[in-house]
Amino acid sequence: MSTTEFKESIATALNNGNLTGALGRFSEAYRISRAKAYEGIDFEVVRDQIEAIKCSASSRFEELAEQFKKNAEARGAKVFRTSDPAQVKQYILDLARSKGVKRVVKSKSMASEEIHLNKALEGAGMEVDETDLGEWIIQLAHQTPSHMVMPAIHMTKEEVATVFSQEVEEGQMPDIPKLVKFARAKLRPKFLQADMGISGANIAVAETGSLVIVTNEGNARLVSTLPKIHVAIVGIEKLVAMVKEIMPILTALPRSATGQLLTSYVSIISGAVPNVDGSPKELHIILMDNHRSDMAKDPMFKPALQCIRCATCLNVCPVFRLVGGHVFGKTYTGGIGTILTAWFDELKKADDIQGLCIQCGACVAVCPGKIDIPGLILELRRRLVVEKGQSMTMKAIFGVVNNRRLFHSMLRMASVTQKPFTSGRFIRHLPLFLSDMTEFRSLPAVAPSPLRDTIKKIVQPKAKEKVAFYAGCLIDFCYPEMGESLVKILNKANIEVIFPDDQTCCGAPARYNGAYETAAGNARDNIKALLEADVKYVVSACPTCTVALKHDFIETFKSLGITDAMAEAEKLSAKAIDFSTLVKKLVDEGRLTFKEGEDLGKITYHDSCHLKRTLKASEEPRELLKKAGHELTEMFECDICCGMAGSYSIKLPEISAPILERKLKNIKETGASKVVMDCPGCVMQIRGGLDKDGAPIHAEHTAESLANRFK
Amino acid sequence: MNAVFEAFKTRAEAVSAEVHRFKTREEGLTFILGFLKDAGVSDAPECGAVWAAGTFIDGAAKDDLKVKVPGICFDITQAASAASKVGISQLDWAISATGTLVQDASAVDKRLVSTLPPIHMAVIGTERILADMGSVLEKLRPEQLNYISFITGPSRTADIERVLTIGVHGPERLIIVVVDELQQVTA
Repeated sequence: MSTTEFKESIATALNNGNLTGALGRFSEAYRISRAKAYEGIDFEVVRDQIEAIKCSASSRFEELAEQFKKNAEARGAKVFRTSDPAQVKQYILDLARSKGVKRVVKSKSMASEEIHLNKALEGAGMEVDETDLGEWIIQLAHQTPSHMVMPAIHMTKEEVATVFSQEVEEGQMPDIPKLVKFARAKLRPKFLQADMGISGANIAVAETGSLVIVTNEGNARLVSTLPKIHVAIVGIEKLVAMVKEIMPILTALPRSATGQLLTSYVSIISGAVPNVDGSPKELHIILMDNHRSDMAKDPMFKPALQCIRCATCLNVCPVFRLVGGHVFGKTYTGGIGTILTAWFDELKKADDIQGLCIQCGACVAVCPGKIDIPGLILELRRRLVVEKGQSMTMKAIFGVVNNRRLFHSMLRMASVTQKPFTSGRFIRHLPLFLSDMTEFRSLPAVAPSPLRDTIKKIVQPKAKEKVAFYAGCLIDFCYPEMGESLVKILNKANIEVIFPDDQTCCGAPARYNGAYETAAGNARDNIKALLEADVKYVVSACPTCTVALKHDFIETFKSLGITDAMAEAEKLSAKAIDFSTLVKKLVDEGRLTFKEGEDLGKITYHDSCHLKRTLKASEEPRELLKKAGHELTEMFECDICCGMAGSYSIKLPEISAPILERKLKNIKETGASKVVMDCPGCVMQIRGGLDKDGAPIHAEHTAESLANRFK
Repeated sequence: MNAVFEAFKTRAEAVSAEVHRFKTREEGLTFILGFLKDAGVSDAPECGAVWAAGTFIDGAAKDDLKVKVPGICFDITQAASAASKVGISQLDWAISATGTLVQDASAVDKRLVSTLPPIHMAVIGTERILADMGSVLEKLRPEQLNYISFITGPSRTADIERVLTIGVHGPERLIIVVVDELQQVTA
């Protein structure tokens, strides 16, 4: 797919009201049904077990595959191992020819879709029918699955009725129970007449040679029972060592995939069974590698093999629910699909789609395989940049960002050159190719004086205790008042705030665009600047910057194999703390006391992605805001991304805008006159959106809300 | 045992299975025969009932049953199963945590009667209900059995607009007959 085609596919998806409506409603219902299904289960314990089981298995694929083969063959199966998709197809074609197979029924197998098996079998003159209802619908519609668990979620019942009428039998009505009955009636004779059944498997157990197949419709039971030949295509990442290890997977898979305690059917097939005529079943199991063992050898990507294909990462993704699966490609969709496509297909196929990840981390918290999907997508981004280089524009930008003096003097200059476009503190329109950036939200104007200048004018107590303030670009150059609020609060606790002048951009924009060298340069400059002063804490009021200081500097060095600066990076990491966590600590220690009897009215709070999910702070700001005298009303989906995500909102404004629109709707529905958050980037997005919208709601940083609330 | 049964019943009914409990085998059998009659089982085409072997039925006077409800068939074939309204089989174990029935389904007739007819009646002894999947996998071991089936409610799909619809390729009704006095041999 070219970049233009990719952008067009996004536009098509966004303009498909049926799709965005269906996915939006589903994502809301999913959260509830998932939570209910996990009642009484400790999800963290279950996913620790799955991680351990799958991690151990992917460390010894060769051993487990051989053990599986030996055990399954001892019980009458034939096991074929190959790394090559072409050989999988050839094996099945040869088998089909030798047995005179004319009709094939399939139950769901993503591995077979990965290698485009149907096309090969049909090309050899066989009749192939998918029997999973969703898969059958998309087969008839000549489409590809848009979701790993619900392949036809993008289609309405009207569209399904039309497909059935056109492809099978005229006159089908858009009535779901009738459409389901129709599918049953039409597929039943195909099951009864088929010569070969093809399935996938959810788990393969090495110690017994068992396949575990999970379905709700019952089609896998028929596929493995009626035809005399059963072929199972199994990716080697489905291997586990022992029978008892299937239990945590079967605990998580149905709960995470569909909110069920268990699917209607689970079959454990451990050898050949008799056919309906008493003859022994021909059971062929194909263990397919197709780059899975390459992936296992890559220490960064090995954890992606812990995926159990539950599709939770699709269901909770704020981007997926807008664009659906087809934008991602033909087989594997969503966050994990991006990673699998890069490996099973090729890295460059992931070039455009990796850009869809907004890096909010919503999937990380709910992945049963404990896979850091956004982290791996960043790594893909980095490798793509290494492979094909950064674009000229990006190169120019990062060239500037990497030179603090030049970067900062340009920002200072912008406060003058922006004048024709500003009104008050906003830029509401930009000319020409920049106009997209202000289409759906106003941008903040660069402040007349940056924080690095204004902070020097604040008269601070000469206290013994000092903290260093890491401002980050937005607070330094656009929102110095947030920084001034922070200084005011810490001064009340008798702490002096120092501002190391050599601090520069945290490197997040470079890192999130795969420009790790630039990010590493930023990291080195900041480490030097921030460790110079003798302080206990380095505080930041921007969660993305805090994450950079605490985690990303170290991760960037690791990715690039930089060791000389690691000890210092770790030293800085230990000192880095976010604003709310530090202030909460000072309140708990009795060093800050709230003014009493304040009634500050109703507010709502927006959780910033990096604060809640990476820094794990969500109660701290809420408690501070309430103690200060605010009445907190929670908004719906308070912890879902606002769509800002740094340069994402500039690269993909068409996705950023509807995410923001949803956030604004949720904010307005609370009836609060103020929305508070801990991230200047979120303030930029939400305040800019509210400005365009005209809603009388003020957006501000927690530091601003608390600035005058302490004695 | 009552608490375990009640837990099982609650979970099974939550996934649209129908659960009936009887003290004796005779009572269970009377219920099944009455159900078959009400369901319109007869020797007319497409109206049969297929009944797979198991301790519940093996000792019974099968010829008498065929007289009471014409259309009952004990010789299981694919054709007979595909043409039947009801399939009846005995399950080996059950799981109270999820409302699941479990069976050594290596014998093909057990799978035919529980997959092809639109109604599946599943007979099980009350004492065969265990707490969880782990307990069942100690009784039915994949090391020894080539096909183990777990059945939790009737066949279902939500593939069109996520609307839950019961009865796709498998049975649209699952009727579980739990019998207190039923000697079952461990599979």
